[in-house]
Amino acid sequence: MTSDNRTLRIGSGQGFWGDDLDAPVRQMEGGPLDYLMMDYLAEVTMSIMQKQRSRDPSTGYARDFIPLMERLFPAVASKGVRIVTNAGGVNPEGCGEALLEAGRKAGVAGKVKVGVVTGDDLLDRLPQLVEEGHELTNMETGRPITDILEDVQSANAYIGADPIVEALRKGADVIVTGRSTDTALTYGPMMHAFGWSPDDHDRIAQGVVAGHINECGAQASGGNAMADWWTIPSMETVGFPIIEASPDGSLVVTKHPGTGGRVNRAVVTEQLLYEMGDPSEYITPDVVADFTSLQLEEVGEDRVRVTGVTGRPRTDFLKVSIAWADGWKAVGSLVYSWPDAPAKAREAARILRARFDRLGLEFDEVRTELVGWDATHGHLAGEPPSDIPEVQLRIAVRARDRAPVERFSREIAPLVLTGPPSVTGFAGGRPRVQQVMAYWPALLRREAVEPHLKVRILEV
Amino acid sequence: MAKIQLVDLAHARSGDKGDTANVGIIAYDPADYPLLREALTPERVKAHFGPLVKGEVERFQLPNLHALNFLLHGALGGGGTVSLMTDAQGKVFSTALLRMELEVPDEVAHRARGRGWKPEDA
Repeated sequence: MTSDNRTLRIGSGQGFWGDDLDAPVRQMEGGPLDYLMMDYLAEVTMSIMQKQRSRDPSTGYARDFIPLMERLFPAVASKGVRIVTNAGGVNPEGCGEALLEAGRKAGVAGKVKVGVVTGDDLLDRLPQLVEEGHELTNMETGRPITDILEDVQSANAYIGADPIVEALRKGADVIVTGRSTDTALTYGPMMHAFGWSPDDHDRIAQGVVAGHINECGAQASGGNAMADWWTIPSMETVGFPIIEASPDGSLVVTKHPGTGGRVNRAVVTEQLLYEMGDPSEYITPDVVADFTSLQLEEVGEDRVRVTGVTGRPRTDFLKVSIAWADGWKAVGSLVYSWPDAPAKAREAARILRARFDRLGLEFDEVRTELVGWDATHGHLAGEPPSDIPEVQLRIAVRARDRAPVERFSREIAPLVLTGPPSVTGFAGGRPRVQQVMAYWPALLRREAVEPHLKVRILEV
Repeated sequence: MAKIQLVDLAHARSGDKGDTANVGIIAYDPADYPLLREALTPERVKAHFGPLVKGEVERFQLPNLHALNFLLHGALGGGGTVSLMTDAQGKVFSTALLRMELEVPDEVAHRARGRGWKPEDA
């Protein structure tokens, strides 16, 4: 059910797990749409979901996606809008089962099919993969995986569009995956609808750019946009981006009429540069895209045309995202007021560090920031004037062992009565002790993953 | 020649990949792109950040978007949840680069001064 014969409208509904839950509903109701993609996964998200699943095997996916789908199912059934999402996290099967129940509650039984994609999860297979000689060396540090094998919490291969295309071909209306790349959620539907072959490199590369624009939600339609931010209207009803794609791969970024936000050259350029590495080599499981030949053109109000992206054949490897438990950390803060707020905060930090030494607490790192002065720009902010009205002392620690971090969490409150004056802002209670989940990027040959990918179609 | 802060010549967006921050710098006026490419060498950017960037600085050119992309390695205190920084994901790292002072022709400074700031009457 395309909006006309030639273009496909693929809307963005979520830019991360925790994004505006009304945005996908606005996308469904605000105008014509063929597909709605929703990205839920970031580098750390999989390990959080894995932790939830280890406590309760029925969990491990984006749980708020289920009540959201209860709201969206009627439109999926009546308008034929198809949904593609990686909300399945580390348990796409569990997510699929929960969806069936939500679909029945929403009254779409017999009208909607759910496609579930599995096989990206490598956690159980990891020891065997290492034994078979897959090195999984850390791409950033060069460390061997055997250093941390026992501390691994989650391991997933970034998978591409193949299983999404297969699920669409088999008639799925809602497709739930695990660690699909964010961009495949957008170009998968393009490959399916336009019948592109895997060696249509330039067109798929255009689709990758479409995916990169859609994957962060409103960040491509005026949210978090720096250029003339004060002129961007009605962000309270911001319209999330919509890609109007053509069979030749050219596309227009837009949003529904009457919604807030802005789609112009400046906003789209900012999103293109987000998390960008080498722009001539944007690697995905399906193609290597080159952004340096890309052209943007404003072709109407809130309409930006994207052309000229080129692509090269995919590599023999898939990227793997591994999360491992790497110690403990906690963050505490106190607010000091005028006069001499910075000097008071610094003296408090000195006292704390001296107490750590006396207690023999060993930390891998202790970091002190004056929030309101140097937390984000460091020494580039210069010396704070002594007459600023207030400053927040933020002190954070990290250690291999939990014990010193626990002790740290009890050392902040006493400073209120045992340190410099004019201190407040401790209403939040003791700092929370958190486990550190470190990210381990690695490469794995595709043939170690692809035969394991499976698509299952379920009837609501 | 006159001094101007980069914030008046360019807008920016940053993000993270592990312990590396990326900073994309986009000229407000395409005419200023060559000037930015000239001034913002990797060495100059590395020197600007000083101890905030532990590793090397890589630069990539996107003349099609009149933009430059910098990769700042070792900038995020270990990155992800390892980092103890407020800005552990480098979300506002770009603004720290926009503080940089540049020497530009008088007419450029005259045209651009204040461009990056919200006007008082807006």
